Amino acid sequence: MIKNKTLQGYILNTLVIAVLLIGFSFIKEAFGKAGDFKLILAPSIWQCCYLIVLAASLNLTLGFLGQLSLGHCGFMAVGAYSAALLSLAAERAGIFKEKSGIAFILVLVGCILIAGLLAAIVGLLVGIPALRLKGDYLAIITLGFGMIIVNIINNLPFAGQEGLALGSASASLYKNGLGFGTALKVTYIWVAIAVTVICIAMMFMYVRSKYGRAIRAIRDDEIAASASGINTAFYKVFTFAYSAFFAGVAGALYACANATLSTASFAFANGGILNSTFVVVMVVLGGMGSLTGSIVAAIVMFLVNYQIKNGLWVKLLPLWLQNIFAFPMLVYAVILIIVIMFRPKGIFGTYELSLRNFFSDMKTQRQNRLAQKQENKEALSHE
Amino acid sequence: MSDERTPILETRKLGITFGGLVAVSDFNIQVFKGELVGLIGPNGAGKTTVFNMLTGVYKPTEGSVLLDGQVLNGKKTHQFVAAGVARTFQNIRLFKQMTVLENVLAAFTKDVKYGMLDSLFRTPRFWKTEKELKVKALDLLSIFHLEDKADYIASNLPYGQQRKLEIARALATDMKLLLLDEPAAGMNPTETAELLDCINAIRNRFGIAILLIEHDMSLVMNICERIQVIDYGITIAKGLPDEIANNPKVIAAYLGQ
Repeated sequence: MIKNKTLQGYILNTLVIAVLLIGFSFIKEAFGKAGDFKLILAPSIWQCCYLIVLAASLNLTLGFLGQLSLGHCGFMAVGAYSAALLSLAAERAGIFKEKSGIAFILVLVGCILIAGLLAAIVGLLVGIPALRLKGDYLAIITLGFGMIIVNIINNLPFAGQEGLALGSASASLYKNGLGFGTALKVTYIWVAIAVTVICIAMMFMYVRSKYGRAIRAIRDDEIAASASGINTAFYKVFTFAYSAFFAGVAGALYACANATLSTASFAFANGGILNSTFVVVMVVLGGMGSLTGSIVAAIVMFLVNYQIKNGLWVKLLPLWLQNIFAFPMLVYAVILIIVIMFRPKGIFGTYELSLRNFFSDMKTQRQNRLAQKQENKEALSHE
Repeated sequence: MSDERTPILETRKLGITFGGLVAVSDFNIQVFKGELVGLIGPNGAGKTTVFNMLTGVYKPTEGSVLLDGQVLNGKKTHQFVAAGVARTFQNIRLFKQMTVLENVLAAFTKDVKYGMLDSLFRTPRFWKTEKELKVKALDLLSIFHLEDKADYIASNLPYGQQRKLEIARALATDMKLLLLDEPAAGMNPTETAELLDCINAIRNRFGIAILLIEHDMSLVMNICERIQVIDYGITIAKGLPDEIANNPKVIAAYLGQ
């Protein structure tokens, strides 16, 4: 056995990811060419991937830094548009002709990175003034900034209100730039998965270092944190920009998975799956301060969203319920209320799912629960 | 008195007004290396306000704060800490959701040398630093007999140990001057006695200067070498514990006349 526990964890995680990928590629080989996999599963995985990155990135600000930001989709819009426009520019410059080959992959990676960096710069510009405020005020000002960003993109001559479809690009992203149609989504599914894995790993590395300790200290008590020598202003703005980076990357993935971009899909009042409140719901559901919780919650919320829109069982329900399902936001609200009532910390709380510690954690949890029960009993008998 | 040395902490005519209210005025104090000075006064006298000025939470409207001869006016709290002032709070302010160990580790943040890339790629420097920090933190916790509770969530500790953890966290910032704001508040006599031992132990071990606010007179009279009394923001007496105990002005301020 390997003694070093950290190394153990790394090896275990890498092994599991490798096994999953190999198994997945077999499924892809067998079913990838046609049918449900191509039409439903592959697009779903793409959607899950950018939702996971988005939820986890918001968890950095909301769960670990403790600052409520309602403008996260603004950063995602910045990432999506910059990645799409860059890829279109690259295609016009003749760097790549068709969506294959090394040149295309390089452009793709470059687009994703630059999308993240631009979003981080916007995050920095928003964060410096906004993070002087706290609580409700911060929520309102980030909400405002999110709207401003979307409106600015709306009025840019080369992006346009109609999205990229009718803007300067004048054709669908599936034909030009980095958009992937259904067939290509299957071919390039590894891009989505790899980007997600790398992003989550980067966030974990951040959270489990001095940076993570500093920002959790700020979340728990800002005055005490600054009295312990932590430069609170720096860590707050830096974390905000760092989380905006991943929102930008999520935006780039979104641009890959869609034929057109429209600013309406990032707007605050958007009724679909992509608005800043929906992301907040995912983070709260998964547990503020648990990245694995955000991953699980993103998948759960995606499934809920997908099922109430496309599920066959919906047709069997009474009509009034089906009518409610026409407004998915109502359903998310009910889910959020139920979670807050019965499990205020979210599904995971601050617990991080770990493959290495899963069983030992279960054991200690059970022991703790038993000890708690015993204590309660004793306390009762004293009375 | 050995006034030729430069004091660790010196304030010159320190004062602050909130609107028209003069909270503290003309506050002068000198604290030398290895000394334990008490700051006492009735409720609302401005003791905590003084502490807030000494740590940069409030900006004094007049006068100056000097640490080791270096003027700290207008700096931010974390810059005060970097210069060497650490404090505890009257109402305990721990990082509640973090473990005991992490509470201390968080206070090391400003001295940690590795950067963003080190933590992203988990370089050997990262692992080495983290290992060293952990040893240092456990060492600090062992002074307060908290090392076996290192993995507890801070808010689950009993009250007395939370106080001790707060002092341990303040010590982790590698300071020259420690400000303790009512460390014995809400403690029973046994816990107070334990705390007294702790304070003496850290003073002997680190050779730092301590400035202490306290209402528990037995503790103050026991361990403080000098005492300064303020009332309504004005210094009414300073001197040795015995002199203070018999000073008519102090008795008047406490009992009313």
